[in-house]
Formats: sequence, structure tokens, C-alpha cells
Amino acid sequence: MKSVKFGIVVFPGSNCDHDAYYALNKILGFEVNFLWHKDKNLKESNVIILPGGFSYGDYLRTGAIARFSPIMNSVIEFANKGGIVIGICNGFQILLEAGLLPGVLLKNISPIFVCKDVYLTIENNNSNFTRGIMDKTVLKIPIAHGEGNYFVNDDTLNELKYNNQIVFKYCSEKGQVSENNNPNGSVENIAGIVNKNGNVLGMMPHPERSCDPLLNKTDGQLIFHAIVNNIFN
Amino acid sequence: MKRLYKVRVLIKRRASILDPQGKAVEIGAKHLGLTNIQNTRIDKLIEFDVNVNDKSTAENEVNLYCKNLLSNPIMEDYQYTLEEVK
Repeated sequence: MKSVKFGIVVFPGSNCDHDAYYALNKILGFEVNFLWHKDKNLKESNVIILPGGFSYGDYLRTGAIARFSPIMNSVIEFANKGGIVIGICNGFQILLEAGLLPGVLLKNISPIFVCKDVYLTIENNNSNFTRGIMDKTVLKIPIAHGEGNYFVNDDTLNELKYNNQIVFKYCSEKGQVSENNNPNGSVENIAGIVNKNGNVLGMMPHPERSCDPLLNKTDGQLIFHAIVNNIFN
Repeated sequence: MKRLYKVRVLIKRRASILDPQGKAVEIGAKHLGLTNIQNTRIDKLIEFDVNVNDKSTAENEVNLYCKNLLSNPIMEDYQYTLEEVK
């Protein structure tokens, strides 16, 4: 077992918590703990994962109620001190509602719950989550969401670009970013961003579902290995 | 003595933000033969009671609730009515 400890928060309605546990522990061999949303203790985790799912039934707005779970105070404090936090899908929605990342995720532009493999370009290969992944790598990672249409106003979008906060964009298999490869209407094909300090990542695609060689796709491993190599080795 | 106020909050997505739900419902309208319907938008109406000493305290609580939880100021605006229950 490697020494990095991952903590996966379990909200009522999370449903990718066990996928993340399986990928990180059974496939990649890291120590992993579940963190119940009503607790405050992060169990000395080095990396916090807010997993996908439908926390609180997606009532009101996705992520709007989960951000008030007791564990989120600890997660926000951890993030503000530079701790590594990753929000995947519903976890991304929670990070936005909690104000740890800018913007909102609207309903997909088409009335379809999109569940398929997509391709991602790495826009910022100097982030904690991507540094070390070979240049021009196109990642194949699945998405599964009805509300993944990332939206920010023009000022915030310019700020994201200026600070190099856009990490992943939807693209073609060959890495071409165009409206044809935008699965949900996200502004400028944005699939994942980091905060200004670079320690909080939110992404709609599911890297944990792209780790098991049995599934014939393992690009999610590149992201988890990058985190461990860049921050803890 | 405490007073009870009935509150109705209307939360509307900004006009600049697309409403795919409204668009999808409008497809249903067309299938129903209602070809004159246009610009359907689906917003939220939320009702609740506030039990406090006076109207200004009630308004204060309503605004806190709306700003911090019921609406997302990045994409939505809210308005409310507040009525004392006699």
C-alpha cells in the first residue's frame, strides 16, 4: 500500500462512492476511507473525493443541499489550507455550490441524460492533476449526467483562462475541440477546472470509471497517478 | 408575541440562460396541437411559513434563505410576497 490516503465523502444519494473506492483501492492500491457526510473527521486523508451521484435527490439544484452537510465545513477548511480536493460529476456540482470553484452546471442543452465515453484534451498540463501526463495525450473517460452544461459569465471565463484554470475540454478522438464534440453545451467545451490555487479540481467525466483494465480503458489512472506523483512523491 | 407569515418565493432563471426543460415541454405542446405556444420557461415557486416577532425579522430570514440556499445568484433571481396570517 502507498502512503497517500484518499477520503471519499458519502452523501445520501451518492452512487459513485464505491466505484471510486474500487478504483483507488482495489485497482490502484491506495489506502481509502469512506467519510460519512454527517461526520466532521476527514480521517487524516491527503486527498478528498466528492463522488458522483444524486446527493439529496438533486432536489432544489444539484449539489445545493449537500454543501451544507457537516463534513463540508471540514472539506472547505481543508481546501482553504491547500488540501487536494476532487469533485467528480455531482461532486463538481457540490464544489460549485460550496463556492470552492466558480460557475454553475446547468441542464444539458439537449434533453438527454448523456452516458457515454468522451475524449478530453488536457488544456493545462502543469496542474497538480495533469503534470507528468505526456503532452497532447487525449484521455478517454466516460460521462453520465443530465446537468453538466458548465456556465460562467464572460468576466469569470476570462479569469479562468488568464489563471490557466481550465484543465480539461471535450474533444474528438484526435484531440480536436469543436462544438460537434461538446456533449452537453458547456461553454467552450469545458469539462474540468481548478481553483486559482490549483488544489481543487472539479470535472464532469468519471476518471474512476476508467481505471480497471477489464473495462479496456484506463486513462483515469493517469489522473490519480499524476496527483500522487506531483504532490506526494 | 410571535407572528406567523406565509411566504411565496418565485425563483426565475435569468432570461440569458437557456431553459432546456421549457423547450422540451414545448415539444409536448406542439404534439398536443398547441402550435401558438412559445417561450415556455419553467421556474420555481416555493412556499413556507416564518414564525417570528415582527415583519422586518421575517424579511431578513426570507432574504437569507433565498440568497444562501433557495436560489443560486449566478443564474437566478428571486422575488417574494409575505403575508401575515391573522
